[in-house]
Amino acid sequence: MSKTNISKDNSVANMFVKKEISFGKRLQKKLFNRTNINGTIAILGFFLIWHLLVVLRMPFMKHIPTPVTVLETFINLVTKKVYWVSLWFSTKRVFYGFVAAQVLGIPLGLAMGWSRKFKYLSFPVFEVLRPIPPLAWVPVSILFWPTNELSIAFITFIGAFFTIVLNVLRGVSSIDKELYRSALSLGAKPQHIFRKIILPASIPSIATGMMVGIGITWNVVIAAEMIAGDKGIGRLTWEGYLAGDTPTIIVGMISIGFAGWLSSGIVKIISDRMMPWRKLF
Amino acid sequence: MRCEKSGRIEVSNLCKRFHKAGKDPLQVLQNCTLTIEPGKLNVLIGPSGCGKSTLANILAGYDSPDSGEITIDGSPLKGPGTDRLMVFQETALWPWMTVMENVIFGPTVRGEMSKKEAREEATRILELVGLQDFKDKYPAQLSGGMQRRAELARALINRPKVMIMDEPFRGLDDLTRELMQEYYLKIFEKTNCTTLFITTELEEAIFLADRILIMTFLPGRIKTIIDVDLPRPRNYHVLTSKKYLQIKAEALEYLIEEGRKCFGEDCNIANTMVDEFRRQADNRH
Repeated sequence: MSKTNISKDNSVANMFVKKEISFGKRLQKKLFNRTNINGTIAILGFFLIWHLLVVLRMPFMKHIPTPVTVLETFINLVTKKVYWVSLWFSTKRVFYGFVAAQVLGIPLGLAMGWSRKFKYLSFPVFEVLRPIPPLAWVPVSILFWPTNELSIAFITFIGAFFTIVLNVLRGVSSIDKELYRSALSLGAKPQHIFRKIILPASIPSIATGMMVGIGITWNVVIAAEMIAGDKGIGRLTWEGYLAGDTPTIIVGMISIGFAGWLSSGIVKIISDRMMPWRKLF
Repeated sequence: MRCEKSGRIEVSNLCKRFHKAGKDPLQVLQNCTLTIEPGKLNVLIGPSGCGKSTLANILAGYDSPDSGEITIDGSPLKGPGTDRLMVFQETALWPWMTVMENVIFGPTVRGEMSKKEAREEATRILELVGLQDFKDKYPAQLSGGMQRRAELARALINRPKVMIMDEPFRGLDDLTRELMQEYYLKIFEKTNCTTLFITTELEEAIFLADRILIMTFLPGRIKTIIDVDLPRPRNYHVLTSKKYLQIKAEALEYLIEEGRKCFGEDCNIANTMVDEFRRQADNRH
């Protein structure tokens, strides 16, 4: 009796040890896989080459500080409020513009895909407005909107809006006709077709539109801030230029890159959540 | 689960012509007359491009004929409906729904069953097609053969009068295809649901059919009907029986004749092109 107990205990203990090892190994595998190692090497290499080019006084790098100086400036900036305020303002503008573009763009795209009549009515106007670059909207936007914040958010909105509409429209029109037909045969009414077929079928293209859109909004917000903004990371960068403060420019650029990367990551997570049937194996 | 012995479809003098910009209109069906007998497995066979799918789409109500009449159990047919369900060439399961959600779609959107009732019924039918363990999987997680069976289940739950199967096993590998045929036959022999089964494969046709309707190459109409009186339930042993070979020989005569037409027309086009080429070459000299 007691013997069996002991062996049981042992096995339980073994299980624990085993689990711990496997967890540690898993973590190790997750952190030190080939992608991560290569990625780290590449980034370190990039900074090393940059540093060497400046230290070796290459003529085209005359105005560029070394990564070390940039890092110092970065550490200095991070402790200041202005940096975080700038980042916060840009993020806010991106968020409002992006969300507004989704909220208005997705229904519009769906409506254009759903009703041919509506598409014929709206598409010509849409196609004339679409090629106008977001930055060309800056003057009109400043005149039209009462506050600076609103006009920048509007320009950001313009950047993402046309992409999302076009993606959703293309998504709806490329749904296989068999998918409609089988629903029709089974007695589905238009509201079922819309809710259960068209909407889910267009989610992948909505996701694509969102991914492209978030990139564009970051592009646009920075440019808009440089032209028209006060505050914001774009403004910070531009002020660095005006003051002849190159390290700040580079810190600004890197921060924009990082913020853009982070937002894309969040959008990716959201879009994967929207289509569980895509992530299967 | 058995289908009612109804679903007699009478098609008379059906005509359908397709217009393509810049080309002569194509007469796909001309005076096509046939009867789909209730409770039987009617197989429609013919060379590819002879208008089988067009006929199927018209019967399902997705397309309308230029002229001709179709009645189902005596009443004229209009639009798509649950009395005639179609299983497509490529799978048309909705990829964002699990197998279960796909199957219960019909009864729930029509409001005929509560979700719970539909689930119970679906469980029974998924057992019939051997997918009970896959009910919570998404279509992309299933093999090709399983997808077709899931689609079959999605149709069967609605107890249609007629099943229209448009080359449902196309694109499956040989082994899966043969297994699917056997499996499908078992289901048919259990349900006896009136079926129009479209195929281009003669062996598949004979193995499954009660009657084979052979179609002519464009313009499409029924060339002849062969009754297949092989005993049911069938298994692959019939493929070696004498009767099977007799039927095959008979059907082949008709099919090859039509197949030649489909082939020959291409030859004519090639010949015209060669002539044209020669003429141009002569002119240059």
